[in-house]
Amino acid sequence: MTFLPKPKFRHPAIETNELGLTHRDYEGSISTLCAGCGHDSISSAIMHACYELNLPPHRIAKLSGIGCSSKTPTYFLGNAHGFNSVHGRMPSVLTGANVANRELIYLGVSGDGDSASIGFGQFAHSIRRGVNMVYIVANNGVYGLTKGQFSATADKGAKLKKGAVNSDSPIDLVAMALQLGATFVARSFSGDKGQLVPLIKAAIEHRGPAFIDCISPCVAFNNHEGSTKSFDYVREHNEAVNALDFVTERAPITTSYAPGDMQVVRLHDGTFIRLRKVGADYDVHDRIAAMNYISTREASGEVVTGLIYLEDHPEDMHDHLDTVSTPLNRLGDAELVPGQAALDKINAGLR
Amino acid sequence: MKPERFDPADYFHKVVDCQWACPAHTPVPEYIRLIAAGRYADAYMINWESNVFPGILGRTCDRPCEPACRRGRVEKEPVAICRLKRVAADFKDDVRPRMPAKSEFKNGKRVACIGAGPASLTVARDLAPLGYEVVVFDAEPKAGGMVRTQIPKFRLPEEVIDEEVGYVFDLGVEFRHGHRVESMSAFLAHDWDAVFVGTGAPRGRDLEAPGRKEAAAHIHLGIDWLANVAFGHVTKISKRVIVLGGGNTAMDCCRSARRLGGEDVKVVVRSGFEEMKASPWEKEDAMHEGIPILNYMVPKEFRHVGGKLTGVLFEKVRAEYDAKGRRSLVPSGEPDEFLECDEVLVAVGQENAFPWIERGIGIEFDKWDMPVVDQETMASTLPHVFFGGDSAFGPKNIIWAVAHGHAAAVSIDRMCHGLDPSVRPHPGYSLISQKMGIHEWSYDNAISAQQRLKVPLVENRKALGDIKLEVELGFDVVRAFEEAQRCLNCDVQTIFTEKLCIECDACVDICPMDCITFTADGPEGDLRARLNAPANNVEQALYTSDALKTGRIMAKDEDVCLHCGLCAERCPTGAWDMQKFNVKLPRAGASCRSTA
Ligand SMILES: Cc1cc2nc3c(=O)[nH]c(=O)nc-3n(C[C@H](O)[C@H](O)[C@H](O)COP(=O)(O)OP(=O)(O)OC[C@H]3O[C@@H](n4cnc5c(N)ncnc54)[C@H](O)[C@@H]3O)c2cc1C
Ligand SMILES: Cc1ncc(C[n+]2csc(CCOP(=O)(O)OP(=O)(O)O)c2C)c(N)n1
Ligand code: SF4
Ligand code: SF4
Ligand code: SF4
Ligand SMILES: [Mg+2]
Repeated sequence: MTFLPKPKFRHPAIETNELGLTHRDYEGSISTLCAGCGHDSISSAIMHACYELNLPPHRIAKLSGIGCSSKTPTYFLGNAHGFNSVHGRMPSVLTGANVANRELIYLGVSGDGDSASIGFGQFAHSIRRGVNMVYIVANNGVYGLTKGQFSATADKGAKLKKGAVNSDSPIDLVAMALQLGATFVARSFSGDKGQLVPLIKAAIEHRGPAFIDCISPCVAFNNHEGSTKSFDYVREHNEAVNALDFVTERAPITTSYAPGDMQVVRLHDGTFIRLRKVGADYDVHDRIAAMNYISTREASGEVVTGLIYLEDHPEDMHDHLDTVSTPLNRLGDAELVPGQAALDKINAGLR
Repeated sequence: MKPERFDPADYFHKVVDCQWACPAHTPVPEYIRLIAAGRYADAYMINWESNVFPGILGRTCDRPCEPACRRGRVEKEPVAICRLKRVAADFKDDVRPRMPAKSEFKNGKRVACIGAGPASLTVARDLAPLGYEVVVFDAEPKAGGMVRTQIPKFRLPEEVIDEEVGYVFDLGVEFRHGHRVESMSAFLAHDWDAVFVGTGAPRGRDLEAPGRKEAAAHIHLGIDWLANVAFGHVTKISKRVIVLGGGNTAMDCCRSARRLGGEDVKVVVRSGFEEMKASPWEKEDAMHEGIPILNYMVPKEFRHVGGKLTGVLFEKVRAEYDAKGRRSLVPSGEPDEFLECDEVLVAVGQENAFPWIERGIGIEFDKWDMPVVDQETMASTLPHVFFGGDSAFGPKNIIWAVAHGHAAAVSIDRMCHGLDPSVRPHPGYSLISQKMGIHEWSYDNAISAQQRLKVPLVENRKALGDIKLEVELGFDVVRAFEEAQRCLNCDVQTIFTEKLCIECDACVDICPMDCITFTADGPEGDLRARLNAPANNVEQALYTSDALKTGRIMAKDEDVCLHCGLCAERCPTGAWDMQKFNVKLPRAGASCRSTA
């Protein structure tokens, strides 16, 4: 928490992107979160991803629910559209917005409480519907905003600061997203921007429901010994399945990696991501294998991170519903209110 | 890239760009904060300790601090450090009770200072309170040296000189005025424990060209003419005046000429306008007073009719640069230009002259006939004779004269205590946390967006009518406050404690200037290229940590840090702290005699 406005001065040699914007043009107002909160690093990673992708901020809509994590959209992309919904209802509002205007980039920002407790159903349905969005959960294992009660993602046996032990089974949002049909599933860590930024970039470029579970230590209530969402714990148990280079060029770049270690993945808009495999021979295109893999590794106490699953030919909700491609706000009265005759025709078709 | 030996005193001093650049190492940000707090006398005394002449320097200093000021790299212009110093002098109350008392104690050592310019007066100021018997000799009736005889009164009123020279003599320093030392060997026979030569660079360089001798009555050497103006021997000048030369003396000449009846006054320089020696602000002031500056013109002939000057003929040149970037002026091929005038002031340089120091008495002179002087101790080749100010290495400025005076005083004090003057004690330092609460600091860490304020001037019509009327009005307290708030408090340092860092990135994310990076270690050059913002200014240090838990290091580029403290406010563990750095430079007295 800081009371000063962030000074407007910027580095004299600060770089600009293709739009002539600096990374600081992607800032929002100054964060009121606790000093050191992992959520602020996620905000920073989102800003860098948007900057590097040359996205005009006003083409982005950021939506959130309630929680420290859900407050963060105020602290990035000040010139983007924003909607702070009630607790756990972000996915529905996002879905509605997307139905009305598919041309914006939808960034849903939520917390583990917001998505795995009160909003669990909303989370599930937005994913299984295939809404084209980036859904990021800033996962700290607690309800930070209400002073650190265990959330539904807290591991069984994890301890609160004052010693209370969690006896309930955890919800693994990555496993849920895989099962529910998300076409892009990743896990990352707020303390590793080298991994997080390219993941967010790839998720934004992906057309379909992209889910990122980002472990984000709560320095106030869940960064102590006995926590499984602390900086130290995650760093010690982090098992990255791959490392990502996001390549915006429209042709794959030949690299110096041995062929078996590299996987080049083409995204819908012709951009590429390069995956450098680390450790196990992991295939990001096999949903069932991915589910197996994370279950076994997690059973042995490891936190699997990286790009976990990617569907190369994703479909999105609009494909299924055959909706009009023009945003509703650009349609005229005639198209939006076609009149009694059109309604009669529809009704007749349903009889 | 942790350096072999990290020297905190030097490292953190260097971060305070202004203080490091100041030859006398005045603690600039400290006095600027005191001005903002309205504590003018405190601000004055901090200056007085370091530079002895705050009121004089606050009007005339060459201000090497300002081009160094970090604010100039962050925004357009540096903090008006110099003119804030004047604010301290203008608004202070009586500071006499704060001055050191005349020393009751006498240590039995006798020190002579030849010349009563700023260099000698600094030696006297530093030594007298320690019990030395200091005697200052000057050929002139009043002390101050060129500060009194050269700098025009419209830039520096006489009362300011009287006041600040007075504080030195109040310490019990003896002044033998009207006493020109004619023979050094005779002078040394008086068994001084130490002799300091602060006789300046008194000779104006002349310009040989046809007609110079014939029209001599209308051609004057700038520094002699200015002295005559200062003494009131010269009170007017013809209507049309040409000033030759591009240094600060030329600027003082032309501006004085405008005030003594010169209506058509021009400055003509050989070089280009940009390469002129005069400070940019001096040129600006001259032009503001309606004085054109003509460049790339080399005087060729003084034209006259029977000894009465009619004008100067100039050859037109242009600059040419060789492969090494060295400039030469070559004829441009344009026809010569004749400029009419009635009088000429020649201000093309100053020289040293030591006709009164016999050769062969142990004081060695080099091939340019300059005394051989040690840069650090100011000692000549005769162990108890020291030089300083313009007499040591040629004409410089007041603040360098003061710095030389401090250094010589240290040498003299060590020598008189049987210590080797060439051994200089290392500076001490302190670092004190400024933290008052979670996001509260004992300094104002908000960053003002205010641009540099201009010092208000007396309107030209009035200023040009009175050569003694000070042309700058100085900042009032409101402007002084606004200007003071522009200072970035570079002495409040960002201090990092590796063992507390959890690598949460909070400082990296908040830093408005992208100063901080966590990355793999490497050699400096490589590291500089890998930081979040390129660290291209190699004059500015990288502050680096040892390896952290993840094996990376923290590297901070000091270059454009605002000292806003946001990194420390955002750090959840206190790994960053804002600590006020204070360097304790050894000065004559106990601090220079310790062997630490
Ligand atoms: C026109 C002009 C304008 C200037 N403006 C500025 C300015 O704005 N800011 C700035 O920083 N600097 C300025 N300077 C430079 C500055 O004045 C000098 O650098 C500074 O005064 C040098 O100080 P000093 O102690 O070495 O000796 P000086 O100030 O030169 O004093 C030497 C003294 O020694 C005396 N002396 C010499 N020989 C003998 C002898 N044999 N016996 C007894 N006494 C002797 C002289 O009478 C003189 O009083 C200016 C110089 C000139 C010429
Ligand atoms: C309908 C409703 N129920 C309960 C709350 C109280 N509440 C506020 S935030 C929060 C939990 C937030 O946890 P999470 O989403 O993990 O966010 P964090 O603060 O940990 O980032 C709860 C239960 C509420 N605001 N609204
Ligand atoms: S309570 Fe926890 S989650 Fe909320 S801002 Fe503080 S550190 Fe972040
Ligand atoms: S900003 Fe202030 S402290 Fe920093 S260099 Fe300039 S005057 Fe000195
Ligand atoms: S004080 Fe800290 S946050 Fe502010 S500019 Fe300097 S390094 Fe960055
Ligand atoms: Mg939470």
